[in-house]
Amino acid sequence: MSEAEDHTEEQPIEVLTLPLDAWHRARGGRMVEFAGYWMPVQYEGIIAEHQWTRESAGLFDVSHMGQLFISGDGVEAALEAVLPIDLTTLKPFGPRYSMLLDEHGGILDDLMVTRWNSGFYLVVNGATKWDDIAHLREHLPDEITLTHLEDSALLALQGPKAAEALARITTGEWPLSALTFMKGGQFKIDGVDAWISRSGYTGEDGFEIAVPAEEAARIAELICAQSEVKPIGLGARDSLRLEAGLPLYGHDLSPDHSPVDADLLFAVNKRRRSEGGFIGAEHVLRDLAQGTAQVRVGLALEGRQAAREGAEVYAGNQKVGVLTSGGFSPTLGHPIAMAYVDREQAGEGTALEIDVRGKRLPARITPMPFVPHRYHR
Amino acid sequence: MPRYFTEDHEWIEVDGDTGTVGITDYAQSQLGDITFVELPEAGSAVNKGDAPCVVDSVKAASDVYAPVSGTVTESNAALEGEPELVNNDAETGGWLFRLTLSDPAELDGLMDKAAYDEFVKGL
Repeated sequence: MSEAEDHTEEQPIEVLTLPLDAWHRARGGRMVEFAGYWMPVQYEGIIAEHQWTRESAGLFDVSHMGQLFISGDGVEAALEAVLPIDLTTLKPFGPRYSMLLDEHGGILDDLMVTRWNSGFYLVVNGATKWDDIAHLREHLPDEITLTHLEDSALLALQGPKAAEALARITTGEWPLSALTFMKGGQFKIDGVDAWISRSGYTGEDGFEIAVPAEEAARIAELICAQSEVKPIGLGARDSLRLEAGLPLYGHDLSPDHSPVDADLLFAVNKRRRSEGGFIGAEHVLRDLAQGTAQVRVGLALEGRQAAREGAEVYAGNQKVGVLTSGGFSPTLGHPIAMAYVDREQAGEGTALEIDVRGKRLPARITPMPFVPHRYHR
Repeated sequence: MPRYFTEDHEWIEVDGDTGTVGITDYAQSQLGDITFVELPEAGSAVNKGDAPCVVDSVKAASDVYAPVSGTVTESNAALEGEPELVNNDAETGGWLFRLTLSDPAELDGLMDKAAYDEFVKGL
């Protein structure tokens, strides 16, 4: 028996540990190498953890992600020269989705940008953070300061009972309930300063919580002491985000794709679509005007056999696309996938076939999210 | 009936010239929740080391290798509706397929239970 495929990243040379490493091991997490770190892929089992998150609340350690703070005179103009974001419409403390693009409009990373009082807080992907820092440093003027907040851990508490569990242990100038989806603020959890935003990567209501690394284990323990909460591994994080239709960088997003074919045009804010002026703008605006040959879509498969990243999509004998993510949906009870397919074949309901080791699995183009979002708006 | 194990975590139980093949409890615990099993058809010929069977977990698809050569006589039909049997009962009710051995001498290279347990301990 051997694993033919795996969702984990390629093995790096030196695997680093995160602030919660010992805590995960003590809780029975099965540790794997991911994005250069040892991280828990599961505790009791992916499906049980997946369902627990959908029904109650799950705590995810996402401390591998890069937390950056960018400030200095002229920081707004400097950031707008790099990101396709419109900072004039970005109110304080609300995270907004954006992207780092290369000069061809290819996606280098997707990220969250939040306006703090004295600058901008960015959360970028773990596997790409070092390249992101280099890219930003290269393109930001010298007078702009970029700080990598390496002494900050990042947790995500996700699920329909996340709010009641977290509110119980959180104090602040406002109650936690003052936050709606994509709003954030400074709070205290058991006396520890915590930056909390109502956001996440599961499609459920929930929060992302930045705390000092040295307090992370105590805070994680306290959150998991709430009866609604269990720790959740990377495996369920992946199946949850796939059901929510949320792309994963390095799989569904890469420099081979632009915000246009990735169907993430909302990351290019309205003013920037007409004005341009960000790295890769000419290519993005051209794609926008002319369209792209392919587009990212969702596929629902019949039966129970899953198709994975790299599987080819066919309309009859004609290859019309390739899967970038795929797996069994615990909520729906059948496999689902994301793929880039030719636009002529991308219409909702189009019946296609996916080649899995020479076997053709029937599939249908399905709108995403596969499982409805339940954000607290 | 004698039972043999491979380094790839298959087991085969032999009764005369018939072998019943499955994956070990250690293997299922490593794979996690199994959602689908692609089984070989009766009558198909397999060579030792072929992968006539694929076990799909939430995480990944994994090949199951034939521990010996032979002709498949039967697959475990119960797994079509209940693939999680492989998780819950890997070394009995969660068997995968049966085959008629074409070269029983191939069993000589496999491990017995004690040797396999020792092998797993070293992983």
